[in-house]
Formats: sequence, structure tokens, C-alpha cells
Amino acid sequence: MPVYIGKRLLVAIPTLLIISIFVFSLQKLLPGDPILAMAGEERDPATIEFLREKYHLNDPIITQYLSWVGGILVGDFGVSLRTNQPVLELIGQKLPVTIQLAVMAMILAMLIGIPAGILAAVYKNRTLDYVANVVALSGLSIPNFWLGIMLILLVSVNLGWLPASGYESIFVDPVRSLKTMIMPAFVLSTALAAQLMRHTRSAMLGVLSSDYIRTARAKGLSPREVILSHTFRNALLPIITLSALLFGELLGGAVLTEQIFTIPGFGKLTVDAVFTRDYAVVQGIVMCTAIGFIVMNLIADILYVLLNPRLRATL
Amino acid sequence: MTAIEQTAPIAKPRQKSRAWRKMRANRGSMVGMVIIAFFAIIAIAAPILPIADPIATSWSALRKAPSAAHWLGTDDLGRDILSRMIWGARASLMAGVVSVAIAVAIGVPFGLLSGYFGGWVDQVIQRVTEALLAMPFLITAIALAAFLGPSLTNAMIAIGLSAMPVFVRLTRGQVLAVKTEDYVEGARSIGLNHVDIMTRYILPNVFAPIIVQATLTVATAIIAEASLSFLGLGQQAPAPSWGSMLNTAKNFLSQAPWMAMWPGIAIFLVVIGFNLLGDGLRDALDPREA
Amino acid sequence: MKKFATLTAALLASAIMSLPAMASELRIGLNDDADVLDPAQSRTFVGRIVYTAMCDKLVDISQDMKIIPQLATEWNWSEGGTVLTMKIRDGVKFHDGETLDAAAVVATIERNMTLPESRRKSELSSVAKVEASGPLEVKFTLKSPDVTLLAQLSDRAGMIVAPKAAKELGANFGSKPVCAGPFKFVERIQQDRIVLEKFADYWDKDRILVDKITYLPIPDTTVKLANLRSGDLDIAERISASDAESVKSDPNLTYADVIGPGYMAMYVNLANGPRADNPLGKDKRLRQAFSLAIDREAIGQIVFEGTSLAGNQPFPSSSPWFNKDLPVPARDIEKAKQLMKEAGHETLDIELQHANSTTQTQMMQVIQSMVAEAGFNVTLKATEFATLLSEQTAGNYQLSRSDWSGRIDPDGNLHQFVTCKGGINDVKYCNPEVDKLLNEARTSPDETVRKEKYDAAGVILNDDMPIIYLGHQPYAYAISNKVEGFVPSPDGMMRFLGVSKK
Repeated sequence: MPVYIGKRLLVAIPTLLIISIFVFSLQKLLPGDPILAMAGEERDPATIEFLREKYHLNDPIITQYLSWVGGILVGDFGVSLRTNQPVLELIGQKLPVTIQLAVMAMILAMLIGIPAGILAAVYKNRTLDYVANVVALSGLSIPNFWLGIMLILLVSVNLGWLPASGYESIFVDPVRSLKTMIMPAFVLSTALAAQLMRHTRSAMLGVLSSDYIRTARAKGLSPREVILSHTFRNALLPIITLSALLFGELLGGAVLTEQIFTIPGFGKLTVDAVFTRDYAVVQGIVMCTAIGFIVMNLIADILYVLLNPRLRATL
Repeated sequence: MTAIEQTAPIAKPRQKSRAWRKMRANRGSMVGMVIIAFFAIIAIAAPILPIADPIATSWSALRKAPSAAHWLGTDDLGRDILSRMIWGARASLMAGVVSVAIAVAIGVPFGLLSGYFGGWVDQVIQRVTEALLAMPFLITAIALAAFLGPSLTNAMIAIGLSAMPVFVRLTRGQVLAVKTEDYVEGARSIGLNHVDIMTRYILPNVFAPIIVQATLTVATAIIAEASLSFLGLGQQAPAPSWGSMLNTAKNFLSQAPWMAMWPGIAIFLVVIGFNLLGDGLRDALDPREA
Repeated sequence: MKKFATLTAALLASAIMSLPAMASELRIGLNDDADVLDPAQSRTFVGRIVYTAMCDKLVDISQDMKIIPQLATEWNWSEGGTVLTMKIRDGVKFHDGETLDAAAVVATIERNMTLPESRRKSELSSVAKVEASGPLEVKFTLKSPDVTLLAQLSDRAGMIVAPKAAKELGANFGSKPVCAGPFKFVERIQQDRIVLEKFADYWDKDRILVDKITYLPIPDTTVKLANLRSGDLDIAERISASDAESVKSDPNLTYADVIGPGYMAMYVNLANGPRADNPLGKDKRLRQAFSLAIDREAIGQIVFEGTSLAGNQPFPSSSPWFNKDLPVPARDIEKAKQLMKEAGHETLDIELQHANSTTQTQMMQVIQSMVAEAGFNVTLKATEFATLLSEQTAGNYQLSRSDWSGRIDPDGNLHQFVTCKGGINDVKYCNPEVDKLLNEARTSPDETVRKEKYDAAGVILNDDMPIIYLGHQPYAYAISNKVEGFVPSPDGMMRFLGVSKK
């Protein structure tokens, strides 16, 4: 096991390097001068030049890149051009928000998707299956931002049931936290629930047709027992690994939803940073998201091997 | 002309019609095809349809609700929404198809190379693909679009480049599966060069999953274009696209909710159409599900 | 099972409906997020809004745009206008307990002039020396007469910060700012909120009627209003014009607006780089024709629902500096076409760049179709704001849409834009006649004399038209009826002394 993990981590290094080059060059190639963009209305040439020097924007590109990478290795991701706040601190403030959103979305998606998938598999090719499939496809097909806008219009503007924006940490004010996050979490969960449902369905179908299930049924076990204790448990494996992957995607994918609901999370931070050319922030976030994604992939793979008794034996 | 070159058809006629029959039996994919055909037809026919000029403004008809004069209402500059929806279909559909074409055109060859040659070529391409996949799709698209400048063309390029890694990975996987098949061994033994083997023997047999993925990616690309336009990075005014219409509509939600409804519904329908079609294709072309 | 469910439901319901008891808190919805919270470095409009509550300045402005005392109780100019002496208010404390005296004022002004990251240097460029001529008296010695200094001291350049904190934190002052305003800093989370609380030792503390202010940046206008209606916000600033009607007809909300001191305009590239080599940049008749082809009143109706003010000068027509001899022209297509013909053009292709915000996009499309009737074929180029600025500075444009939030002193709306060496002169207009008039206007403390000079400069500028003024934006607020005593200020800032919440 440790050898396996070690090898995977080793392979991750060139990948991370390539990502760092990509995101760095992209930021540098973006038109528009970040200092000018920050300058807003007042423009004092002496100060602008000073700031360019301070942030090493006049150095050759290679130097800038190397000093940035060097900084990362010691944990210094640079500072936000807008507010002088260290990027790592900024990420530390925003990450819990997006994580909370992702967790809520994941829970909702599982609550909706997995039972739906089980039902669809059991009632395969009957009406329930078709309906579930269409609903799942709808969840995948609705543009997130549109669903968000429509929900705001209906629930906040017309009905006034839930606040349209804002954020409260669940540890500070749980009620308000749930109230502000439930709509964006729901919007995010639609696509996830759809994928989970379809995946559960096919995993269940795969298992349902196998020999040991036929044996269980032949033994006389009730359908409920057959489905829940035998089929589902074995179908669980691919479902868990998919969930780990999806969670990793979630961290970077809430961009538009956060924008619409004004949730101060990762996605919103990144978009705002791209538009204000706050390049240290963009770079820092992409690196963090990439590392998170690679870690989640690794966890999913490990889970896959650990949870499958046949594979575990080969370790 | 050796016997092998003569008798290595791409897909046997029986296979093809079997696939088609399965498609027709699958109600979902039929519905999907109908939806796509509908939008494609109105998009292509836009110039000859008897509709208003999509960029003609009218100061007296600002934000009017749907009525007999304007079936879908008017927008914040008095333009007819029905007409803008139809012309917007052109932009959105084109964005979806062209982006995926770019992704396929770049991704598949690299996947072929990676899977076929293995070794260093494979390692390098794999690392780069992994790197691209690890960066959140929308963020890459946004940064690329910002870099290239806001326009529909640049949005298509940005989305195409961001979607490309999936095809690299998919093609590579398929090539690995097919590489050890007998007919490939046979082709190599008679001395065909690499390019010939890749294009005439391997590619046709990996095509099916690529088509399925392409169809499903068109759906994602259409939503991505709408997202970029929503952020102001796609189709620029006054030319319509569903995403940019939503971008404007969000500022008038309470006063003119219809401005936001129609583009959203249209995107939803087209995307579900492509998803249904993709699903149907997957079921039809999958040799396992008899 | 059923009883359990009912009990849970009841508990949940009561939990959701009960709100924790709060001290009175004002929640303000801002249009965007502030940048660094250091008056010396700050560059955003909303930053100024936050400072209004947190950092007192030497002088403030009244509802009719006159300069009134705040930290300085009186001041006078010496003969010749090169020395400004100010008396500082006694008994003022900073948020950390330090005393505010002349030494603290001098320290702040010097910081604004010498801190490398300071953006206030050009505002204080006329100051040669600042010194404490008594424990509560400060003397500014100027390089040359400059009456606009007083106006600068009513904004960020005059916001006095605690010397000990400033010295300790240096350029990172914004992480924990310490000032002398009615509210002190509690916390700030970027793009989430800025929280201030009542400063018990404020020199005018009886007028502080709320305990806490929370600023929340919410760019989306529908979301802002939804929050206001649901009670999550108390005041929303800069609501969009299209929401004005629904706010006015809402019994729980009040609508208030004021025309700001700034302007909306289009810059014509006269001499900034190779792209200036186009007919519009070279021939003023074409610029005048372009201006005449625009129906400014109609734009005000279509884009701003009548809440904006049409304009053709850097000052709104409601300002005392407006030149009444140059009224806002009505649309005149015939004259426009005639001017174009004189300049030798039937039609003209022009590229107009603008920020890709909804309001600007809408407005530019309206203008595009209006000027088309005179023969101008306008291609719109929407760019992100960051790129727009750098393109403008670099001269990579023909026509560029640009706004200015405005300053209370007329010099602030003109000098740096149209003088030969002006810091924000992106059109590279250079007319020694105009330079002379504007420089002279800076030196005279007599308002009549200044008005004459600005009028004279205005006539020249109206003829040369390097900048085509379109109008003046309103600052529009939606206020919950629970708030009492809030009145919009003419500079768009939000002043909360005397404001309470039921």
C-alpha cells in the first residue's frame, strides 16, 4: 500500500508542475495591467511604478515564475493585489464556505440520487425507470445559473421564504447558515444527484444480474433483503468512488452558483480575481484546487482497492 | 491490393442497421433527435423566417410582456425576444458544435498517439492531460476567454480547449483496448506504417465511444457558452445568444421575468435533447447490451 | 412515529422563526467590495463609503456641497494663498485611545505624501511642508497657491489615522485600521462583509444612534433588493434605475436619490498613439456632429428611467459651476449631418469600446443606433474593465466610454483630464490656453473669479470637444422603513450620524 501511494504521489509532481506553468502563463498573458486595474480612478505614475517593483512585475517572466514556485514550496502563495492579504489566508477564509456548500450539496445529492437509482434499477424499463431517467437528465441539463435565478425569483422575491444571498458559518449561526445555503446547495446537487442516480442504477443492474444474487433469491430471501443487504452493499463500491471524485470536482465547480447567490467562496473569489487581474489569487486557487483534485482522485483509488476484498488481497 | 486491405471494413452493414434499429426503439433518443432537429432547423432557417429583426430596437416597446405583437415579449431595448431566441439558437448551437469539433480535432489525435506509441510519448501526453483535467473546467474556460478577449469565437475556442482533455483520455483508453486485437497485429505484420494502422484500423473501431462522448459534450459546451456569455465573455451585444440574453435578463428579474424564462427553457431543451441522443447512441453502439 | 415527526417539525419551525436578540445593527448592501482599508492606499468608491463611518477627516462637506468643520474647527488662508492654518478640535481620541493632536495630523499628512504605496501623493502635490505650529494647530505651506487643497482634505487625503498603529503596520494598515470616526473597525472578510461598531469615545457621540454597521457587498441588484425586502438589509446603495419604480411602490421601502458630482462621458483619442490618426480624432466638427446626434434626454429615459441628468459639461446642471451659457443641446440630426459634410464625410466608421456591464452595454447600443442616423457606423467593443483601463491609457482606442465619480471641487473634474500634463489625460488633449485658465482657477480663493475661468475653459472645451459628456449618474438608495433619519449626501457617501433603526 505505501508503495502504491508513494508511486502515485511521485507521478503527481510533474502534473502539478505542468499545472503551475499553465496557470502562471495564462495569468501573465491576460491583457490588462493588474496594477492599473487596481488603480481604479486615481493614477499616480510614481506609485504605480513603485507597486510594479514591489510585486516584481517588471522582472523577467522566468524570475517571476521561479520566485512564485519557490514561495509555494515554503508555503508563501503571495498576496492579493487588491487588499494585500496573504493568498493562503484568503483561501483559508473561503475554503470552509465552499466545503460547507459542497458537503451540503453532496448530502442532498445522495439523499435524492441513490434511492432513485436503486428504485430505477429494481423497476428497470418500467415507467418509474423512465421517469427517473428523465428527471435525472433534467438535473444534468438545467443550467445551474438559470435554476439559481429562477429559484431566487420564486423563493426569495415572490415568496420571501429564504434569503437571496449571504453566508453564515454553520458553527456561528446554524439556522441562518442553513437558510442561506440551502438554495445554492440544492442547485449544485441537481447535476450530482443525476449522475449518482444513473451510476447507482447501472451499478445495481450490474450486480442484480450476477450469480450470487440469483442464489440469494433462490434461497428465498425477501426482495427487500436481496436488494438492500446483498445488492446494494456490493454496488456501494463504485458509488463511493464516484462520490469522492465528484466532491473533488465540486470544489472548483461552484463558480456560477456562488456568483449568483453571492456566497463568498472559492468560485466567486476566482472569478472576481480573474476579472481584477489579481493573479496571485487565481494562481493560488488553481494550485490548491488541483492539489485537492489529485488528492481526491488518490483517495478514490485507494478506497476502490481497500473496499474490494478481491483487490485488497492483492495488496 | 492484399486480401487484408480488402476485407477490413469499418462496420459491417448488419452492425450498422442493428444500431439504427435500437436507436429507433429507444423512445428517449428519438425524442432527443426530434428536439435537436427542431432547433437546428429553426436556427438554419432564421434568415428566411418571417420574424422581426433581432437587433432592431424600439424605444416605445421596452420590456413588454408576451402579447400578440410579440409572442415572447420584448427585452430592455425593445427588441423582439422571439426573434432573438431564434437567432440566438444559431449562436448557441454553433458554439456547442464547434467547441466539440475543436476538442475532438485536437484531443483524438493526441489520444491516438498516446495510446498507440506508449512509452515517453504516452507519459508526457498523460501528464499534460492530467494537468488540464485537474484545473476546474469553467475556470480554465473563463481565463482563456478573458485572455483571448470577449467574443463568441474566442468563447468557442476556450471551451474547445478546456474540453479537449476528456477526448485525449477517452481515445487513449480505447486505443489501449484495441491495440492488442488480432487485426492490428495482422496489419503490423504485413508492414503497414503507423499512420495507416492508426487511421484505417484503430480509429474506426474506437469511433463509437468518441461519438457518444462528443454528443454529450455538445450539451456541456452549450451550457458552458451560456455560462461564459452570462459572465460577459461570450457573444457580444447586440448579437443575441441565449447566455448573453440571460446575462441582461438577470437585472430585470422582477420587472420582466419572461426575459429570463425563455432562454433558460431553450437551453434546457436543447441540452436534454443532446443528452437523450447521447444516451441513445451509447445504448445502441454498445456491443455488450444485446 | 407521527408524534415524533410533529415534535421535530415544531422544534424546527420555532428554531427557524426565532431570531437571536441583537443590538441595533444597520446592514448596508454595497454595490461592490472595498479594496484595502487604508485611506492612504484606497482607490475604490465603496472604500470611501466605509471610511465615512470609520475615519473622520479634517473637513467635511454639507448637504449643499460647502466645506464644513469636522476634525478641524476653523481655518484660514494667508495672504497670497500659500499658507493654510487649521485649528484642530480638542478632546478627540483615536479608536485605540491615542489623542488626536496636531502631531498626529502632521504624521498622517506626511504618511500620505511619503508612503511609497500611497495614492494620495498627487492630491497633496501642492504641499511643500506641513508642520504643527501649536499643540492643536497645523500649518500647511504650499509651493504655489492652490485653493483645491481644502477639498482634497475633505476626502481620503484628510482622513487622520492613529500614528502608532500606522507606524506599526505600515502598508498593512488596512488589516486593522485605527481612525477617529464614529464607528471603529471590528472585522473584514474580503467579498463577504465589513463590520464596524460604535466608538463610545467619539467627540460627537450623542449622535451615534446605532451600535453596529455591517457592509455587505452584493453586486447583483435583484439579490440586493430581495435581501432588503426580506429584512436582511436595511439600506441598499446604488440600486439600478429599473428597480426605482418597484421600490417607490413598496409600502415598506423608501426611495431616495441624488445626482452625483460625477459624469458619464466618452473619450476621443486625440493624440494618444497611432490610433489617434482617425478622422474623429483629427476633426472637431466630426466630434461635434457625434455629440449632436445623441438624444441625451432619451438616454436618460430609456436607460435610467428618468433618474439621471442629461449633461454636456463635467458639472451637472444643478451644480453652481455649470456654465449656463452652454445649455445641454437637444438632438439635431440635420446640423450633425451638415457638420459631417463640411468635414468631408458622408459616413464614418468608428470603434467604441466600453465596459461589459449591463448598463453600459445598454447605453452604448442606444447611442449606436442614434448616431447611425447621422451616418456614423459604430462598432461596439465590450471589454472587461481591467482591459478597458489599460487600453485607454495605452491609447489603443478610438472612442472609449469612461465615467468619473466626481469631486466636490470643480478642479477635480477637469484638471487632470484635459491639461497637457494631466495624470488621467488619456485623450492627450493639450491646449495651453485651457492649461492657463485651469491653473489660474486653482489659485484664486474668490469663487466668482474661479467661475469665470471655468466658464472660459468650458467654452473652448465645448468647441474642441476632446471629451463628449453624456450626463450624470444618480446615486439611488432603497431604504427600509425601519431606518430613520437617513438622507443621501450629494457626494454619494453614506453618513450615519443621527440615523437610527426601529
